[in-house]
Amino acid sequence: MEFPTALLLNAIIAGLLLGGFYAAVSVGISISFGMLDVVNIAHPAFIILGAYISYIVNTHYGVDPIAVSLLLSPLFFLLGMALYRVYYLCFEKRGQESLRGLAFFFGILFITEVALILIFGVDYRTVKTAYADTTLRLGVVDFPLRLVVPFLVSMAMVVGIQLFLTHTFFGRAVLAVAQDQLALRLMGVNPVRIKELAFALSIATAGVAGAFLIVIQPVEPSIGREYIGLVFAVCVLGGMGSIWGTLLAAFVLGLAESFTSTFFGPSWAPAVSFGLLLFALAFRPAGLFGR
Amino acid sequence: MSEMLLEVRGVTKRFGGFTALDGVDLVVRPGERLGLIGPNGSGKSTLVNCICGALRNEEGVIRFEGRDIGAQPTHRRTRLGVARSFQIPKPFVSMSVLDNLRIPLLYAARQHEKLATDRVADEAMRILRQVGLADKAHARSSGLTQVDMRKLELARAMAAKPKLLISDEAMAGLSASEVDDILALLSRLKQQGVAVIMIEHVMRAVMKFSDRVAVLVTGRKIADGDPQSVVANTEVIKAYLGEQ
Amino acid sequence: MSNRAFAAVAFAIALAIAAASQLIANEFFFSAAYTVLLYVILATAWNILGGYTGYVNFGSAAFFAIGAYTTVALFYAFKAPLIVTIPAGTAVAGLAGLGLGYLTLRLRGVFFAIASLALAVVLFTFVVNWDFVGGARGAYVMQPSEVPFGLKRYIHLLFAIEVLMAAAALVIARAIETSTFGRGLAAIRDDELAAESAGVPTLKLKIISATVSGALMGMAGTTFPYYLSYIEPSSAFSLSYAVNSIAMPLIGGMMSWMGPLIGAVLLGTVQQLVQVTISSAWNLLIVGVLLVLFVTLAPNGIMGWVEAWRRRRNS
Repeated sequence: MEFPTALLLNAIIAGLLLGGFYAAVSVGISISFGMLDVVNIAHPAFIILGAYISYIVNTHYGVDPIAVSLLLSPLFFLLGMALYRVYYLCFEKRGQESLRGLAFFFGILFITEVALILIFGVDYRTVKTAYADTTLRLGVVDFPLRLVVPFLVSMAMVVGIQLFLTHTFFGRAVLAVAQDQLALRLMGVNPVRIKELAFALSIATAGVAGAFLIVIQPVEPSIGREYIGLVFAVCVLGGMGSIWGTLLAAFVLGLAESFTSTFFGPSWAPAVSFGLLLFALAFRPAGLFGR
Repeated sequence: MSEMLLEVRGVTKRFGGFTALDGVDLVVRPGERLGLIGPNGSGKSTLVNCICGALRNEEGVIRFEGRDIGAQPTHRRTRLGVARSFQIPKPFVSMSVLDNLRIPLLYAARQHEKLATDRVADEAMRILRQVGLADKAHARSSGLTQVDMRKLELARAMAAKPKLLISDEAMAGLSASEVDDILALLSRLKQQGVAVIMIEHVMRAVMKFSDRVAVLVTGRKIADGDPQSVVANTEVIKAYLGEQ
Repeated sequence: MSNRAFAAVAFAIALAIAAASQLIANEFFFSAAYTVLLYVILATAWNILGGYTGYVNFGSAAFFAIGAYTTVALFYAFKAPLIVTIPAGTAVAGLAGLGLGYLTLRLRGVFFAIASLALAVVLFTFVVNWDFVGGARGAYVMQPSEVPFGLKRYIHLLFAIEVLMAAAALVIARAIETSTFGRGLAAIRDDELAAESAGVPTLKLKIISATVSGALMGMAGTTFPYYLSYIEPSSAFSLSYAVNSIAMPLIGGMMSWMGPLIGAVLLGTVQQLVQVTISSAWNLLIVGVLLVLFVTLAPNGIMGWVEAWRRRRNS
């Protein structure tokens, strides 16, 4: 039998492109969960919200969705700040993070999904972009632009965040707050403020990732839930809070899904990310009494 | 060797690149009172966590009554007879003071004392009287004063009927009379044949209480012996200027 | 009141309700009441792992669907009647709880929560691809034409079974709550490290709690295929089960068996009314908003208010 080189190469490229997108989707969780220890299960809800907002502006004004999301990211930033304020006041301060915090974010996720169903219905929505139908071809490999453009912007965003975290004062304060809040306070920095801004950043990335999502595939309100396993799988596999780790893990996941889809059929794809999550939890446990 | 209740040999614990404990040796005999002192960050709590199983040491062995307990989960070690109090009290907040004691009585004490379920409340009250919390038996454990919370922590450890009780800075931040309260509480354990490791910064309490004192500095034991000679040891004075 | 006395009272009331229901002429009552009772079971079951032990399960739908699809599979394979499929579905769901618990309860609570959601998605994908039980097209489970015990219609039988199941779930929850096992769970919930240090075998107790919780949630699902004579994956795995099984105990109160009962009856009844008068999407929105409001402002629920009021009155 002829070795399916073309199929394999295409699966690899599609996997890598998808992985780049998954990195954008997960970088926010790396910050909010990996570094700040806030279990924001509602992260995918903001991705979907970003997708729908890009959709509205794109449908009414014809502007490119990714450009829209970048322009509107300050809105998501503010939304993230507000959300963290509520979370901090009601949960973290009282020291009851685990159960109630989880229920809280789950409620937010749920409300967002249902509200979107009420406004938009359950039909799939898509956007029109200049490059949606263009596919570059290099030899036997296809490079669909609807995957390439989000990939490039996503890489820029992820690398940008990593540089920001390691080279600016605020960024390094975020890295520090994950490790030693007391020391930070002694330096005169308010850790709560840092956490609030970092969390806001994570929500802003979600909004932008939403635009990537709707460029890549049609969107309907309930697909947010499928991404929960994905983002946490990437975060855990990536080592909880390491941006480079997240990037690597995202590529692994993208390749795994691409291969599954190509060789076993697309209906099994949702199970891949969750399967990888269970695998990640089994072999990289953060442990109960120590991290 | 079988005279040793607790044997800690060559215990090393690392957190990534940081070595919290470096080849620590420690023994405790039955009924002995050991004071464990050292500056903040010297590894005292880490050592307690390793002995109790909350952390796993990378190197070394921990033996209790001659048996290697390194692979045992924390609850088994408690049932074998090692109980501890926590530096920052961790009461079961949804339960009353008395109900807090039911837990170790039902789950740990049963191993070496036949205790019928209907006798548990009586036994809990007896322990509460010993520590001076009897009048608060039915109060919510979440609204206690600092010293009462410390007493509850120790009472809970005592309710496990241990052979070795580790008291982790139970006196921190307390007034002089409160310190005496706790001291009296711990001293009574000697009469019951319970060995105690007292981790404290309050030097007068350590000196008064201990049969022996060990000193931990940056993960290493630098002194171990008679209290008077240990505090006169120049290395100890250099590394750790005690209080009082 | 001892557990045995409580059980006797609970089952007596259940039988009385089942008998008295024959006097009701309005058929809508039966389908509405069936749904509310279903939620009583689901909420009570969820609370054993959630409120008693402190571990949040987002995958209630998975366990519910396991119960439902076990009934379907056994019906298709052996024409098995409910008397067989109910314990079978309960057992399979219990095994799933055991498996999930064994794999993930060693880790922090958040990982168990996410894994439970993962389980729901994986199981859903699996069922959609499993043609034997109808896959995405769904499965038909015909109600028998002969209704036993002289009841008028089959839905009356389903209602009676649900009442008895609800009683059973409440009896089990109360028995756990007052037992040594239940005290151990409460210790785990309050402070797991302190519980472990007090001699509580936390992993073992958590796994047992997950198993019992999963089993009872599965039990709630076993009669569901007969309810509409038809079942398909989207409705069996509906997110409504996940959010309600969290919201109802939260709103009612998570510390005792009465909380989920109150929450389920109140919230369940409200939902039945809203669903009929407005729409099911608005219904879910209301549940979600109530969940968020209660978890931020009144985390101890209605029972918490009662407790606080009682304490203020005594002081």
